[in-house]
Amino acid sequence: MAEYKRPDNEQEFKENFKQKKPLMNDTQAHYESSRCLFCYDAPCMDACPTGIDVPLFIKQIQTGNTDGAAKTIYDSNWMGNACGTICPTGVLCEGACVYNHQDVAPLLIGRLQNYATMSVIESGKQLYYPGEDTGKKVAIIGAGPAGISCACELRTLGYTVDIYEAKSQPSGLTVHGVAPYKISNEEVMAEMDYLQNQLGYNIIYNHPISTKEELTKLETGYSAIFIGVGLGITAPLNMTGENLKGVHGAVEFIEELRMKHSEMKIAQRVVVIGGGNTAMDAASGSARLGAEEVTLAYRRGKESMGAYDFEYDLAVSAGVKGLFNASPLEIVGGESVEGVRFVKTELVNGKLTNIDGSEFTVPCDMVIKATGQAKQGSLLSLIDKLTLDEKTRIVVNADTNQTTNPMYFAGGDAINGGAEVVNGAYDGKLAANGIHQWITQN
Amino acid sequence: MEFTNGSLKTKDMNKKDKIDLSVNFAGIKAPNPFWLASAPPTNSGYQIMKAFDAGWGGAVWKTLGMPTINVSSRYGSTNYRDTRIAGFSNIELISDRPLEDNLREMAEVKKHFPDHAVIASLMVDTRKEWEDIIKQVEDAGADGIELNFGCPHGMCERGMGSAVGQEPEVLKTIVEWVMEASNIPVITKLSPNISHIVDPGLAAVQGKTDAISLINTVKSIVGIDLDSYAPYPVVDGKGTNGGYCGPAVKPIALHMLKDLMQHPEIKNTPMSGIGGIETWRDVVEFILLGATSVQVCTAVMHYGFGIVRELESGLINFMEDKGYTTIYDFAGKALPNVTDWKHLNLKSEVKAKINEDKCIGCDLCYIACDDGAHQAIALPTDGSRIPTIIEKNCVGCNLCSLVCPVEDCITMEKFDDGTEHETWHELTESDRIPNTWNDDRAGGKGHYVPEPAEALKHKRKDKAGIK
Repeated sequence: MAEYKRPDNEQEFKENFKQKKPLMNDTQAHYESSRCLFCYDAPCMDACPTGIDVPLFIKQIQTGNTDGAAKTIYDSNWMGNACGTICPTGVLCEGACVYNHQDVAPLLIGRLQNYATMSVIESGKQLYYPGEDTGKKVAIIGAGPAGISCACELRTLGYTVDIYEAKSQPSGLTVHGVAPYKISNEEVMAEMDYLQNQLGYNIIYNHPISTKEELTKLETGYSAIFIGVGLGITAPLNMTGENLKGVHGAVEFIEELRMKHSEMKIAQRVVVIGGGNTAMDAASGSARLGAEEVTLAYRRGKESMGAYDFEYDLAVSAGVKGLFNASPLEIVGGESVEGVRFVKTELVNGKLTNIDGSEFTVPCDMVIKATGQAKQGSLLSLIDKLTLDEKTRIVVNADTNQTTNPMYFAGGDAINGGAEVVNGAYDGKLAANGIHQWITQN
Repeated sequence: MEFTNGSLKTKDMNKKDKIDLSVNFAGIKAPNPFWLASAPPTNSGYQIMKAFDAGWGGAVWKTLGMPTINVSSRYGSTNYRDTRIAGFSNIELISDRPLEDNLREMAEVKKHFPDHAVIASLMVDTRKEWEDIIKQVEDAGADGIELNFGCPHGMCERGMGSAVGQEPEVLKTIVEWVMEASNIPVITKLSPNISHIVDPGLAAVQGKTDAISLINTVKSIVGIDLDSYAPYPVVDGKGTNGGYCGPAVKPIALHMLKDLMQHPEIKNTPMSGIGGIETWRDVVEFILLGATSVQVCTAVMHYGFGIVRELESGLINFMEDKGYTTIYDFAGKALPNVTDWKHLNLKSEVKAKINEDKCIGCDLCYIACDDGAHQAIALPTDGSRIPTIIEKNCVGCNLCSLVCPVEDCITMEKFDDGTEHETWHELTESDRIPNTWNDDRAGGKGHYVPEPAEALKHKRKDKAGIK
């Protein structure tokens, strides 16, 4: 039996997709913040990709200076609220908390962070103002974490910023690509509105940049361009049956789930193929939508999965069954999916090898491929002198995020091949400073 | 199984039976030294009976005396991080209930608890008033009297309370009046709002008091409201100084108790210790400095009468561990070890030691030592976070061990061999103290101190230079 009943309305959806890191109340924040040791050169700061001064903002919460705490957070990270909930804090700041060394529970840094940021988002307290107008314009392609962060930073530096976004909402994967129990759409949008209201960058929605003509227009109309296009749709497996009805890409599945909520359809039996965090989100999401059976199939052993342990545990707790050392051979069915044929695998001298004659079929009505996203290679190939690495990632200068075409800067999944929101936030901010430096010097 | 439980219980009780917590304090007998101080918890017979039933051995009734009217609100607190009421302040006056109600209830309490100590705290003005009220509380069955010369708010503006405690001559005169009028033991309660506690202490002894209790509350302002700009507790937009008590004042109380207990003319007077007592450890510390009863208020106002269970259990465990059967076995035992600075051994040397296995790498010891002490702790250069003590710079000040959040991680290790002993007093006597500005014999000579400009090399790391 499924752990979750199929949600028929928004209320039931919210129950099934209950927030994993709910907002702390004042008392929780008071007691939790009092535990912080205020470590010298704190490891949590070092573990944060954006280097938030964690001990300072926790001290500020403790002393009732919540606005100051929010400012400390946003000074380092424009996606401060989203990161508080979405970040894998257990392997970043909270994982670095010195309390771990004495088997004492680490500070709940992510939730304290949200306590501070949600406080200013709800009050609308203005913490930032646009900088003095430089008269220069910068174009940003993609309103994801990197693009938004770059825009915010550039506005404080006095640039006019236009963001060209393919979709109809900002924040990229924050609202489209992470499981709904990590953050609600409303919460994501509240932060987006809060930032845009203060800093006043323009977002041109439903406006993908995909032709050479459009790029040329940007090159002539702007002093610099930031590429924050992320990754593309789920990459093809090149496997028989991939085009059957009922086969979905994980990224597309999660996006649909986030937009449709209880309107989302789910099959009785679902097979998710993959071992990364997106696979966990898709499997967990399927189970929470009320699927009877959700099988998470990974071709290697459990220990080799790319997903964080806590993500797998979360999926298991939602009723997902793990199937390891099973490599998919084909998706079977007539018009629609009827099952996935696997072969068992084993490691032979460190090499993953199929075990002959071990083929078996897992019957199912839906397959979710969580085997990685395609790169945005076609767009990137239109940009002159843009160097990509062997994995189609844009090559940038690590100090400025400037690409090999000096007018272009880049950040986020487009340069790292797929990482966290917090990495995009850092890249965007870094690139904005790189852009400022480059424009100022030229 | 029942048998095992039963025998265990019997054994336990036998063990406790050997310990006798009862006290005879200047003639006031009580089953144990845990008394309630004169304060809101002793405002009524109901509260005191409830306290005795919970295990308290005595109670000093909330001060009876001149009629009063109280304000609303009355209390304020000092909270530290997640700790509520580290310190407590009140601007409540002495009992505002009719004297006859208090006396009737006092008689009833004594009827129910004849073996418990009921002490009447008193505060009146003229000699006649003192004589009158003493007679009335004696008739009500009080076992003793405590003279409230301490309240630093309200009553002092009317010439009573701390106004008396701050004038040794007046105090002595009133004690003499009381001693002449009283047929039951008299405890004089002192105010700490004075620079030299021995002055009122000596005055009380010279007035022939039977015993002394201390401290009353410390004159204070616990905080200012940042919206109304008035001190807590705020009464219609204004406030006044209050009397400060609770855990925060314990160190002041211990010091004053010690001063009295080391005074040749005062030390034989029984002392009831008051000031921030909340745990058995506090009780033992007061006894070690010579108190033979203790009085508690704030802890009860915070947690209720039930905390006496912890006091009793902890005190009994301590006494069992040390082999004491009564509190008199160890009363005053710390006094010989409290001395003047000039008698401390200048040759004794301790240095900090960090237990690497226990260290969690918060590096608070490093920054506390570098910024707040003697630059005697170094950070590792290998990327780990376990600091090391630079022994030649360590003066053994204790700071690192105080800030360390891990139990027994930083310990202070003895470095001298214990054979040498030299004090400032001895140096003075033999005319060997350093006495010029740059004397070679001065302590800091040769101690390592970094050059001032070294300070500017400590730049905080920023992520990739993003401001």
